[in-house]
Amino acid sequence: MKFTKTLAAAAAMGLALAGSAYAQDPVKAGFIYIGPVGDLGWTYQHDQGRQALEAELGDAVETSFVESVPEGADAERVMSQMARSGVDIIFTTSFGYMDPTIAAAESFPEVKFEHATGYKRADNVSTYSARFYEGRYVIGEIAGAMTKTNKIGYIASFPIPEVVRGINSAYLAAKSVNPDVEFKVVWVYTWFDPGKEADAANALIEQGVDVIMQHTDSPAAMTIAEEKGVYAFGQATDMSNFGPHAQLTAIIDNWGPYYIERVKAVMDGTWESTDTWDGIGAGMVKFAPLSDQLPADVAERAKATIAAIAAGELHPFTGPINKQDGSPWLAEGEVADDGTLAGMNFYVEGIEGELPN
Amino acid sequence: MLRLEQRPQPSGLMLYTTPIMAVLATMIVGGVLFIAMGINPFKAIYLLFIDPFVDPYNLSQLFVKASPLILIAMGLSIGFRAGVWNIGAEGQFIMGAIAGGAVGLALWDVEGWWLLPLMTLAAALGGALWAMIPAVLKIRFNANEILVSLMLVYVAENFIAAMAQGPLRDPNGFGRPVSKNLERHDPTSLPDVFPALGIDAGGLMMLILLALAFFLLQKHALGFQIKLTGESPRAARFAGVRPGVIVAVCLGISGAAAGMAGLFELTGAAGTLSADFGLGYGFTAIIVAFLGRLTPVGILLAGVVLAGTYIGGENAQFVLKLPAAAVTVFQGMMLFFLLGFEILINYRVKRLRRAA
Repeated sequence: MKFTKTLAAAAAMGLALAGSAYAQDPVKAGFIYIGPVGDLGWTYQHDQGRQALEAELGDAVETSFVESVPEGADAERVMSQMARSGVDIIFTTSFGYMDPTIAAAESFPEVKFEHATGYKRADNVSTYSARFYEGRYVIGEIAGAMTKTNKIGYIASFPIPEVVRGINSAYLAAKSVNPDVEFKVVWVYTWFDPGKEADAANALIEQGVDVIMQHTDSPAAMTIAEEKGVYAFGQATDMSNFGPHAQLTAIIDNWGPYYIERVKAVMDGTWESTDTWDGIGAGMVKFAPLSDQLPADVAERAKATIAAIAAGELHPFTGPINKQDGSPWLAEGEVADDGTLAGMNFYVEGIEGELPN
Repeated sequence: MLRLEQRPQPSGLMLYTTPIMAVLATMIVGGVLFIAMGINPFKAIYLLFIDPFVDPYNLSQLFVKASPLILIAMGLSIGFRAGVWNIGAEGQFIMGAIAGGAVGLALWDVEGWWLLPLMTLAAALGGALWAMIPAVLKIRFNANEILVSLMLVYVAENFIAAMAQGPLRDPNGFGRPVSKNLERHDPTSLPDVFPALGIDAGGLMMLILLALAFFLLQKHALGFQIKLTGESPRAARFAGVRPGVIVAVCLGISGAAAGMAGLFELTGAAGTLSADFGLGYGFTAIIVAFLGRLTPVGILLAGVVLAGTYIGGENAQFVLKLPAAAVTVFQGMMLFFLLGFEILINYRVKRLRRAA
């Protein structure tokens, strides 16, 4: 695709020259979404972030988006077309956009790219993600306190570090308040499949689970939890509409502040390629209101934990922690480094079952 | 009052004017829709219909999108001509990509001009073998090939998910269920042939196969037998055509074509195998085949037009802030009018006066 690249680069240069003559023009920010903006989950939250960006910067910014863009050649084309239309910064909001983002960034060196949840960067490609494991620590603690059967169900998507980290974090938290707690993990190998997610929820409930966590995107499990009278946690967004009684709280992906910060950096000319991994402290991870079904002491502890993590006083992965096979991982008081967390491919001690490989 | 009356012969004039009428009707009704949404209808229609075919960058993407559609539709049309309804091209597309991709991944460190042809061969075989399942069940047990081939799409989708999670996963991909990128790896990246239109080696292969299909249907005895089987199965039987052979040949050709399309998509565009590899080309190609009236030239045109509206639709989304759903409605409208106006080929509208 050399020719297209040359063509695209030539077009980009032309646009860049044209752009400099109108310096007072609003900064244009483009967003590429993997799902529809109405998915009430992952894409919905990114679009909320886009709207927050518009609300904050008003006329100084102009945003646009393309939804339901498949990963691969389509994604690269949409990015290129956005870049050609004079967009200054493009947020690509799915892991699978990684290679297309890098490819489009090569063709358009003047345009800034921001890729969510990836690990490949370039001079004009930043990456960003949230420390969702901090949120999972909080809900793990609540789950450990609320379970009566001592069995917590976990609907997991793929055995990648992001998901494994969440399971470990939630387990450590649950264990810290309830030593008898047991985790049952179901791998559904999909991010979004209401049918499979509902099946998994039903299977877990049949095994005696009374609190369900999920690392998949649909509200299906929440709906089942509401029906069967067990507890659950919303994923990515407030799912209380689907489980007004079932939802204890939800981990909310709050991208707005990051989008505002990055677009401001483009305006000031201070944008550079960075790798951002923010958590509760920076406001990238937030929570839906705590359910009033939580006993006062549980709610108080949850609030205290949120505050402690935000202040940097509590790290979910603080030793002593052993790996599942009993080998030591973190010594007393030792805190996990980001590199290990980013590549986490093992369960911590106490979780039963084998991590699929 | 208006009444439809059957024409003695299909109208040749209408055969060519109905597509134009359909496009005009889409522009008018679509324009009303855009006005109702508060969007400048001329701008929207320009972006959707004209821009994809005049803007140099869009043109350079045209066949990236059109080639897989045309190649799959070409294969399907041969079967449809014979009354063999392969609805499972999507599954054959995926299985071809897995078969060819697996060869490329197994020979990752090897370089050679023969590598891509070998992968293409594997892909064609993979797609054809997957299509042989409905063929054999049809021939042996008279199982309905529509159902069997369609159901096998879901099997293929789960199979690629398992492959991407298992044996074909990139060992350096942090456990992500995605294979290594074959497109960004020189020995397995399809070379460009005519980049101004987005035609790579796969696109060239598609054009060659399309010409072969034209020859097969027009000049070859097998093509005659295929057409005869579709038009009059009994006559075909009397003429000595063995229906089992036709079923196997048709499903084999369409499976192989879809399999190759899968590999070209993998090595020319998508790059990686993952659970999301199938984008529905196998299903859209059924529309392309019928829009093209099951002829090679028609399919070429239909594939290009449909590809154009996809590309235009993406542009319209961020230029005009048109929701993706509105684009889909617009595309659906065009297909609806195309099929709707087709009635004028065989029927004419007659005005009836009420007897006083």
